[in-house]
Amino acid sequence: MIETKTLPTAYVTDPRAMRSSSGKTLRTDEMIINMGPQHPSTHGVLRLEIVVDGEIIVDVIPHIGYLHRCFEKHAEHMTNYQQVIPYCDRLDYCAAINDEHSYVLAVERMLKIELPERVEYIRVIMAELQRIASHLIAVGTFGIDAGAFTPFLYAFHDRELILSLFEMTCGARLLYNYFWIGGLSHDLPPQFVDKAKEFCTYFKPRIKEFNDLLTFNEIFVKRTANVGVLPKDVAINYACSGPMLRASGINWDLRRDDPYSVYHKIEWEPKIGKGEMGTVGDVWDRHIVRMREMEESVKIIEQALAALPAGNVQAAIPKRIRPDAGEIYARTETPRGELGFYIISDGSGTPYRVKGRAPAFVNLSVLPDISRGAMIADLVLIAGSVDIVLGQVDR
Amino acid sequence: MEAFQNLGFWGTLLVTVILSALPLVFILLYALVTIYLEMKVAAHVQDRLAYMRTGWHGVLQPIADFIKLLQKEDIISVAADRRLFILAPYVVFMGTYAAYAAIPFSSIFIGANIDLGAFFIIGISSLVVVGILMAGWASNNKWSIFGAVRSAAQMVSYEIPTALAVLIAVMITGSLNLQEVTKFQAGGIQNWLIFGGPLPLLQKILIAPFTVITFLILFVASLAEVNRTPFDLPEAESELVQGFFTEYSGMRWALFYVAEYANMFLVAGVAVALFLGGWESPFGSFLSGPIWGMFWFIIKGMVLVFVQIWLRWTLPRLRVDQLMYTSWKVLTPFLFVCIIAVGLILVL
Amino acid sequence: MTAVRIYFNNIWLALSSIAIGMRITIGHLFVKSVTTQYPDVKLKMPERARNRLYVNMDDCIGCDQCAMACPVDCITIETIKSTPDQDLGTTSTGQKKRLHVPVFDIDIAKCCYCGLCVPPCPTECIVMTDVYEFSEFDRQNLIYNFSVMTPQDIEQARAKLKKAEEEAAAKKAAAAAAAAAARAAAPPTAPPVEKPAGAPPTQQSSTPASDSSGQRGKS
Repeated sequence: MIETKTLPTAYVTDPRAMRSSSGKTLRTDEMIINMGPQHPSTHGVLRLEIVVDGEIIVDVIPHIGYLHRCFEKHAEHMTNYQQVIPYCDRLDYCAAINDEHSYVLAVERMLKIELPERVEYIRVIMAELQRIASHLIAVGTFGIDAGAFTPFLYAFHDRELILSLFEMTCGARLLYNYFWIGGLSHDLPPQFVDKAKEFCTYFKPRIKEFNDLLTFNEIFVKRTANVGVLPKDVAINYACSGPMLRASGINWDLRRDDPYSVYHKIEWEPKIGKGEMGTVGDVWDRHIVRMREMEESVKIIEQALAALPAGNVQAAIPKRIRPDAGEIYARTETPRGELGFYIISDGSGTPYRVKGRAPAFVNLSVLPDISRGAMIADLVLIAGSVDIVLGQVDR
Repeated sequence: MEAFQNLGFWGTLLVTVILSALPLVFILLYALVTIYLEMKVAAHVQDRLAYMRTGWHGVLQPIADFIKLLQKEDIISVAADRRLFILAPYVVFMGTYAAYAAIPFSSIFIGANIDLGAFFIIGISSLVVVGILMAGWASNNKWSIFGAVRSAAQMVSYEIPTALAVLIAVMITGSLNLQEVTKFQAGGIQNWLIFGGPLPLLQKILIAPFTVITFLILFVASLAEVNRTPFDLPEAESELVQGFFTEYSGMRWALFYVAEYANMFLVAGVAVALFLGGWESPFGSFLSGPIWGMFWFIIKGMVLVFVQIWLRWTLPRLRVDQLMYTSWKVLTPFLFVCIIAVGLILVL
Repeated sequence: MTAVRIYFNNIWLALSSIAIGMRITIGHLFVKSVTTQYPDVKLKMPERARNRLYVNMDDCIGCDQCAMACPVDCITIETIKSTPDQDLGTTSTGQKKRLHVPVFDIDIAKCCYCGLCVPPCPTECIVMTDVYEFSEFDRQNLIYNFSVMTPQDIEQARAKLKKAEEEAAAKKAAAAAAAAAARAAAPPTAPPVEKPAGAPPTQQSSTPASDSSGQRGKS
């Protein structure tokens, strides 16, 4: 027997139901769509529950945790502080050097170590190379979200050159374990400086080509301008950082405002979004801020290569890493924002607590606010412009 | 066609079936070539090599793909509307294939030499919209419905610029029969409609800019008809997985795919027949003739298909409302201006 | 700008940027591709490449430093002390080996290729090679057993150690019994002799493995 279903009464008396002229109700409902953990365009295993009315978004609820790997628990069970560094690498696997830099900075500040100049300069070079590599992923995949498949491959071709520079130095392409507490694992190989200079000269026209192909393409501009606008006060209230914050017009960069390493000895400036193609803080602004940051990073690398002093990179590595009991919070400017490590030491060789403050986690929390009223096609671009890496979000 | 009039009922039926299967053979061969061409062009634009291992530089890859698709499991989800789900690919393919009847491949080969050729093509290719809506709805998948509804809106709105552009060509030629339009452009490249057609010099110079604009608009509108980037919102990979044919796999998906490529050549063929001289040789009577005619037609069609592929790998995609804006507020007004201008010039 | 000018400006911008983009892509059609035709062509790894681990067991002294340094605990080492009459040889860096290593397992599936095991090794016997093609069909095959001792060797070593320990225990028991007997024979009320400051203790150590010169307790 076929059961006939009766509609629940809520449907008929739903206040959102439209009434046609003959008095009968026309049921309109909001649809809940799942942009699931597996999707060609959420960057990683992120689940977005979207409540839509037609194509207009009413609400977005991100669900995270699909990549949680218990980083903080692992850190408490390592036999020494050095062993935590490979775990830090894997937080933001697209920008591993910057993760290491943040952690190593925190521990060195606890130990009050004075680093050789050479170590600091090499760290700056590596961090900026990693920033370029990470931004290339961001803008490449952002192009795919918008439908342009070619710029992604041009970006990854350039990224290959950077990764081969890393491989030449420390042996690994993606997860380096290069920054050690008090120094570096290897000194630069002899051919590194020339190859890095070669890369810088090669890369500058490639940025221009990328901009011509994607950034200033009218279709792309029309898709991204005035979309996903992040106002200044909202950005500050949500503690956004990195290119998201700077694109909203706020001049804040940790390399200058909470200085570490030798950034104060190099001439550079942070790039701010000005709303050239639409509103300040829209998706296009975030994209152009990333492109311009890549140019700035090339400048920093060239200056650091020119000023590289000689020295022993392993001179200051302590035999035993045993900080005094206490706590510290240290932060650096990673390609995605402010990555901070809060470490509590109990005086032994193992950390008592290591907490990573991931920028992508905080930046993602602003997604529902900026995407209300946008269309689904826009949501893909907005989520892409936040530039999340799920390893960082879930830790 | 006239030579086969007196064969009796069965004879005529047999000949009709064979002749109407010829474009199908062409479509299948052309699909194999174009799939390979698309992947190779995409790869070299992106500084990489595509297929290299199946055959010399991968020329046998499309055949390998075809065999793979043949032996795939036929999955229809339990909640899907079975009849519509199965019928949809056939409707889409039929809409495209039926229009091939009125395309003049050569002076001796046109499927149906009807006097309403252009009108017939525009009409019957709207069947594709029905098929897409069926596919999206029957898949029982919210993303598919999104893709299908977007596609329906897109194709219906871009019918207008297509029809208006065809109208301009018809105005200059005076006939809807594509064979007549092609013969009108005989005599060499200077007589092609895109450069004004075989009109007196003054009229030609005045008309030429408008026909160039019309051709470009026809090309852009036909990109939207076939759901290619920058108008590939219905199949936007990064948003909708695969849009209205997400749930299709195996041969059903292959049918959609071949239908898309067939559609590409169809609109390229219409643009070629109307504006680029059809099967006429660009050198006038040199290298012309029935077989040469087919060669020229296919070559010109493939050039336009190549441009379609080139555009796909260069441009990002438009959003739904921007797509509508382009159709209604940019392409259509420009075409209205062109119609009035061409009409006035022809009358003078 | 008025709305009309914006309208035409947009169209002009669209056409020009599309044309620029198309020129870039068609330019790339004529640039040589950058693909390496792996597996016919394999790129050369740089000399510092950190891929599969290799342990040269001739140099391994069983110090367990690499296992302690590993953040993911993928190295398992078991050792058997050697008796003094066994000569295990010296490493290439000149150290004398004193421990048998019957178990030296590296679970290369767990390894995170961080390279933290390489610097602590005193003899530089564990290295990261440039081998990256080591997929297996069975996960158990990814547990590499580096030890070169056969089961008979291990049995022998264990047996020898056991015997040596038993002898040591027996000798210790005998010495303790002798000391107890000596104490029983000596006058029980003799007060302990006050030793002048600086005089070395006269008690001799009685380990059987030591040289039996008997002079060790004296300076």
